[in-house]
Amino acid sequence: MSDAEARGRPAPTGARLAANVTHFVRLLRRAGLRLGPGDALDAQRAVAAIDATVRDEFYWALHAVLVRRASEHELFDEAFRLFWRDPMGAHSALALLLPQMKTPINRSVSRRLSEAWRPPAPPSPPPPTAPAPRIDTFLAYSSDEVLRHRDFDQLSAEELDRARALVRRLELDVRPLVTRRTRPDARGREIDRARTVRTALARGGALLELRRRRRLTRPPTVVALCDISGSMGRYSEMVLRFLHTLLAHRGRGHVFVFATRLTNVTRALRQRDVDLALARCGAEVGDWSSGTRLTACLREFNRAWSRRVLGQGAVVLLVTDGLDRDDPGELGAEVARLRRSCRRLIWLNPLLRYAGFEPRAGGVRALLPNVDEHRPVHDLDSLDALAAALAAGAPRR
Amino acid sequence: MTVPASVTELTAALAGQRYLTDASLATVLFLGLRLGKPVLLEGDAGVGKTEVAKALAAALGRKLIRLQCYEGLDVTSALYEWDFAKQMLEVRLAEGGGDARADLYSERFLRRRPLLEALAPDPAGPPVLLIDELDRTDEPFEAFLLELLSDFQVTIPEYGTVRAAAPPIVILTSNRTREIHDAIKRRCLYHWIGYPSAERELAILAARAPEVPAALAAQIVGFVQRLRASDLFKLPGVAETLDWGHALVALGSVELDPATVEATLGVLLKYQDDLARITGDRVRALTDAARTGAP
Repeated sequence: MSDAEARGRPAPTGARLAANVTHFVRLLRRAGLRLGPGDALDAQRAVAAIDATVRDEFYWALHAVLVRRASEHELFDEAFRLFWRDPMGAHSALALLLPQMKTPINRSVSRRLSEAWRPPAPPSPPPPTAPAPRIDTFLAYSSDEVLRHRDFDQLSAEELDRARALVRRLELDVRPLVTRRTRPDARGREIDRARTVRTALARGGALLELRRRRRLTRPPTVVALCDISGSMGRYSEMVLRFLHTLLAHRGRGHVFVFATRLTNVTRALRQRDVDLALARCGAEVGDWSSGTRLTACLREFNRAWSRRVLGQGAVVLLVTDGLDRDDPGELGAEVARLRRSCRRLIWLNPLLRYAGFEPRAGGVRALLPNVDEHRPVHDLDSLDALAAALAAGAPRR
Repeated sequence: MTVPASVTELTAALAGQRYLTDASLATVLFLGLRLGKPVLLEGDAGVGKTEVAKALAAALGRKLIRLQCYEGLDVTSALYEWDFAKQMLEVRLAEGGGDARADLYSERFLRRRPLLEALAPDPAGPPVLLIDELDRTDEPFEAFLLELLSDFQVTIPEYGTVRAAAPPIVILTSNRTREIHDAIKRRCLYHWIGYPSAERELAILAARAPEVPAALAAQIVGFVQRLRASDLFKLPGVAETLDWGHALVALGSVELDPATVEATLGVLLKYQDDLARITGDRVRALTDAARTGAP
């Protein structure tokens, strides 16, 4: 790109405009929109077809070509304002926008845009746009190795970004359930009578060979109950990101968050853009980082939701530190009830990071005997381990 | 009988089948009939969702076709299946006789399942199609159902397209073990059936279990209504109230007493922790309240 002197002007013309449009598309791609070279060409054509000096026309022409979902509009809007005001120097302004949030509330998309603006670093980490190959673990780059063993709590803003990108790239494999649906398979167990007849007819009516089929499988529903009270700090946010990935990959799943109240945030998390999804979660919840009422929230879940969301072999992830001031006996009863109504109950606990962790708190002691599995959730490795655990599948109870 | 001309008429027709509705449910059903839209009924187990369809079919003099859903329900059990054995036999016969084979994919070899049955013309008028516990199926079946509910026609590859001359009256029920897809909900009129008021429950008990003496019936309803106000995992439905009425009559009770109540509580409560919560003192208090009619 030549030195752009386009400050304040809506759009330059000619070759520089074409180059800038290409850069703009690239920026959007780095910020996470799915745009290919074809889209860049379409953008060029669209800009050529209208009067590029009229700002609104220019804006909507690009919008028409580059935005495919309502959820992408905000990102586009912000990117447009920043980029076309100053195609080159905007990242200095953006760098100031790096939010230092403790909670996922009201985070804007600007953080991801600023990531996209950053001049690409020397080759060591891949840019976040690299198409993720299908892998079942986080990418293990040397610099990532360092990342993986540190608690989320101690990460700098930049490292947190990296960690998030990793979570976004996580692919999950959950041990599938066998369904009653079938598909043709020469080595299948069942005989497919309808196809056998059709084959026989095609051969003139002789029953020469049997056609077979096998049962299809599907991943089990994952229902997550995520503690977002103060003691959970940033873990709850990481886990919510992890769950966002999970929901995006599979249709079935539900996410609830609780501190003093239980909130179903499934719809909010279904939003494709992870930052917008978390912002929406934040708007819906309203009791981030207050105290925990674990027992009351579990009871509410058991009464109001368990029958509705735990059908058809669900796996439950209970994300909490188990620090609860209520009566441990009642907590135990509610957790036991929860365990009886799902296929597997996995407790994810950030306190497990301390090597000397002993189940001393009453809530923890009430939880422990009533869950199928107890795992840490304090660094990327543990999320990794979780993905592996879901993939391996424990023996069914 | 023709389709009722008003909500009142429909309520009376259902009452004739010993099904007592409240105004809201009757209105939804009436609109469903009028607008030709499916009605989706949700509610806790035992509040009479399935009974509605039965009563409606009987009241209108229509055939009731019921499709009980379960996970993995597929086209062969819901829509149609080819009669494999018959087809093979036909092939063998044709080979023996040496004449040309009859068409193996004709009406004769088609086994109609509930959904196809519901599209068939019926002299009594379009049938009532009850799709029971839709929440137990999975998304693929829901998607298929969505298509069926929007144009009431299906295509069988070897056979052709079957279209309903007059669309059936469709009632869907769900126990909410899973949220029904929005697209289905949009097609339907929705109604949540709650627990009945004391007066209506008493009327239902009188209609459905006439052998229960009036005094006992009042106490039963009083007890159950108070039980529903307590903090239970699964509240007893109307079905449980009726069962309890039958049970108490079978035991020869003429009024409630704590011992009998305690012995028969398993008719009302189906969870151990609920039974553990309603013990001696609580039973006595509830029984006394039900007998004296105190609040």
